[in-house]
Amino acid sequence: MQGLITHKLSCIRGERAVFTGLDLEIKPGRALLLSGANGSGKSSLMRVLAGLLPSAAGHIEWEGADINADPDAHRARVAYIGHADPLKPAMTATENLRFWAQLYGLDPAIEPALYQFSIEHLADVPARYFSAGQKRRLNLARLAAGQNSTAGPALWLLDEPATGLDPGAVSMLANTILAHLSNDGIAIISTHGGRLDELIADRADHFTLQTSGSGVAG
Amino acid sequence: MIGLILLVKRELGLALRGGTDAVMAVVFFVLAAVLFPFGVGADPAMLPRIGGGIIWVVALLAAMLSLERMFSSDHEDGSLDLLYLSPVGLGTLALAKALAHWLTTGVLLLIAAPILALLYNLPASAFGALIVSMLLGTPILSLVGGIGAALTLGARRGGVLLALLILPLYIPVLIFGAGAIDGAVAGRPIGPQLMVLSGFLLAALALAPWATAAALRQAIE
Repeated sequence: MQGLITHKLSCIRGERAVFTGLDLEIKPGRALLLSGANGSGKSSLMRVLAGLLPSAAGHIEWEGADINADPDAHRARVAYIGHADPLKPAMTATENLRFWAQLYGLDPAIEPALYQFSIEHLADVPARYFSAGQKRRLNLARLAAGQNSTAGPALWLLDEPATGLDPGAVSMLANTILAHLSNDGIAIISTHGGRLDELIADRADHFTLQTSGSGVAG
Repeated sequence: MIGLILLVKRELGLALRGGTDAVMAVVFFVLAAVLFPFGVGADPAMLPRIGGGIIWVVALLAAMLSLERMFSSDHEDGSLDLLYLSPVGLGTLALAKALAHWLTTGVLLLIAAPILALLYNLPASAFGALIVSMLLGTPILSLVGGIGAALTLGARRGGVLLALLILPLYIPVLIFGAGAIDGAVAGRPIGPQLMVLSGFLLAALALAPWATAAALRQAIE
């Protein structure tokens, strides 16, 4: 039960050190709320942890093993929510979600995931008619689809997931995250504060990225 | 393999619903080829001699029209990140994108080409060479084009850069594709040209997805 550990992790973007010497440890069943000013490297850290960006120095361990030893296995355990909503405007909510579920080998019965974020009435509506908040809900429903599958991803990397969500949807997201944590999952959530942080506070640790590079645990 | 089918189905579904792109390419193909006789004169003895070359040049340009969009919408909406994180892998994605591009562009060019051959007064003996050379050549355009589309992701004025990168790589296909048709018009054997084209196709099939995947990896970083 070692969870995710980073050792002296550094990231360089465009010859500028975004963060250096970052040591983090997250135990299974816990969430890490990542805060920091704009440009402090929250999104870069998320992308490094997902394996989308290479780290400049240091390494990341999952259950005691370096993630670079088996990148395919690491990708299989990651669920990543970025800033953009990867939805095709011409496809309906069901088609969008089912495509990702099938591609990731998840359970193709995705209706429960739509219910979990209260967008079941939009199932047959093309995503081009969605509001920003509805698009975000549909994007987040990917998490629920993974959760409803037997071998869903264990490491959730959520980059400001509550952007554009109304309070009701934030509660749905919090419940989804709490259920994930109860299954010994790990969630790393970048945030600027707000209701989501309060709702999962019992199971969350805090970490603040400083613009200079290092961070403060709290 | 399941991933490949899934990706191709998604691309075709999107092309059918969203896209006038594919239709535009074939309309451009026909229109541009029809313009040439107005410029060079409609001498029925000369048209068969230049017809094969013109059809192939216009086919290269038409195939390029829809290349720029191959990866850009997935790059913009974050889908590319998720495709990279999926078990399918970027190599399969590159192959699927090229296959879908060929099905929505190359196949339509292939269907329209005999009509242009009639306009250019090509002899009936050259039709076989035209069809077979296009059948072998147009998938190369999609496969090699994928490399350019991936390399120019995120670049400003990506379309112009794409043309500069890709058109030189299309020259061998043009030489042997047009050469096969010219040979058939003149009554020479066309086996060698078609065999060289087949070789290009096999090489592109093996190497292009790999190169495209490497370029996509750079774009994701």
